[in-house]
Amino acid sequence: MTGSRLEEFSDMEFDVLKEISNIGAGNATTAISTMMNLKVDMQVPVIKFLEFKELAEVIGGAENVVVGILLALQSDIDGMMMFVMEKKAAESIVDGILPGAGGGAPAGERDFTEMELSVLQELGNIIAGSYLSAISSLTNLCITSSVPYLSVDMAGAILSVPAIEYGKVSDKALLIQSEFGDKSLTVDGYFILIPTLEAFEKIFKSLGLTL
Amino acid sequence: MGNMIKVGMADMNTCAGADAITTLGLGSCIGVVLYDPVKKVCGMVHVMLPDSSIIRNNDNPAKFADTGITNLIDMVCKMGTTKQALVAKMAGGAQMFAFNTDNDLLKVGLRNAEACRAVLKANNIKLIAEDCGDRFGRTIEFYPATSELHVKAIGKPLRII
Repeated sequence: MTGSRLEEFSDMEFDVLKEISNIGAGNATTAISTMMNLKVDMQVPVIKFLEFKELAEVIGGAENVVVGILLALQSDIDGMMMFVMEKKAAESIVDGILPGAGGGAPAGERDFTEMELSVLQELGNIIAGSYLSAISSLTNLCITSSVPYLSVDMAGAILSVPAIEYGKVSDKALLIQSEFGDKSLTVDGYFILIPTLEAFEKIFKSLGLTL
Repeated sequence: MGNMIKVGMADMNTCAGADAITTLGLGSCIGVVLYDPVKKVCGMVHVMLPDSSIIRNNDNPAKFADTGITNLIDMVCKMGTTKQALVAKMAGGAQMFAFNTDNDLLKVGLRNAEACRAVLKANNIKLIAEDCGDRFGRTIEFYPATSELHVKAIGKPLRII
């Protein structure tokens, strides 16, 4: 990172981000396992620093319907975080937690009920909490989050929100891709941490990395 | 049936005749179309932020309403028309997440729409039609042959403006 732009991360900074995402994804997997009463395995998360146009491609294309859960960051760090998954993946998760509520509609085509939306928001809360506690434990910063906001829409539209924030300082955004699953079900989840530039600096500084 | 030219985020392009031009998944971004209805040439820009002068990272003109629209005017004029002949349509600028806050940061969709209207007005380009705001994503396709802007959204019927 240099000055007022987020162009590239140095190797050390990237290592920090990898550590955060490993711990965060690990916490999240444990939490989801508990929530779904299943043994959920996690692959090592993959971190990418992508141009905006590539973001939507990773999640199945700009018109692919996805569930986006957005939380605002508060206390020591400003910014947002977002968790995204394909709508079909969200349906599988919801069916795992509330079996039978699906109603038999074809995959990808049903509207979520109030209860199901609630479950997804809670999932978002849990995942956000997992990443935040990972960052807090590494940096000793106190970070809290707002309630989760949920949207089910085209990937391009949902990703425009973090892209615009990153767009103020960069032409790229940081994406963490995790694969969760058990024997019967594998789900890809995408996590986008969108701190402000000052927040990135605070995180790295608290770990003794000078910019 | 011509080609469908794609415009990505913070991107712009032009087309003419039987071709059409599209941008997918507009959330808080705005898709602005400038076209000459007689010569049937047009351009589209997918704008993310209102104002390039307040952002330090402003190398990409297509990212901002001010530089995006002015650069697009030049691009479309190079296809054999003049600024005076151009008119505009636009869509997008949604608030994708239902924040109950006056925090400006989260109302970028509205600010993008306002900025685009202002830049068009400053350039004396008439905004013929728009489909902006609300809380859903849009995909748009513009057909210079008919001057139609097709606006698609999940779970809603096709809207032609």
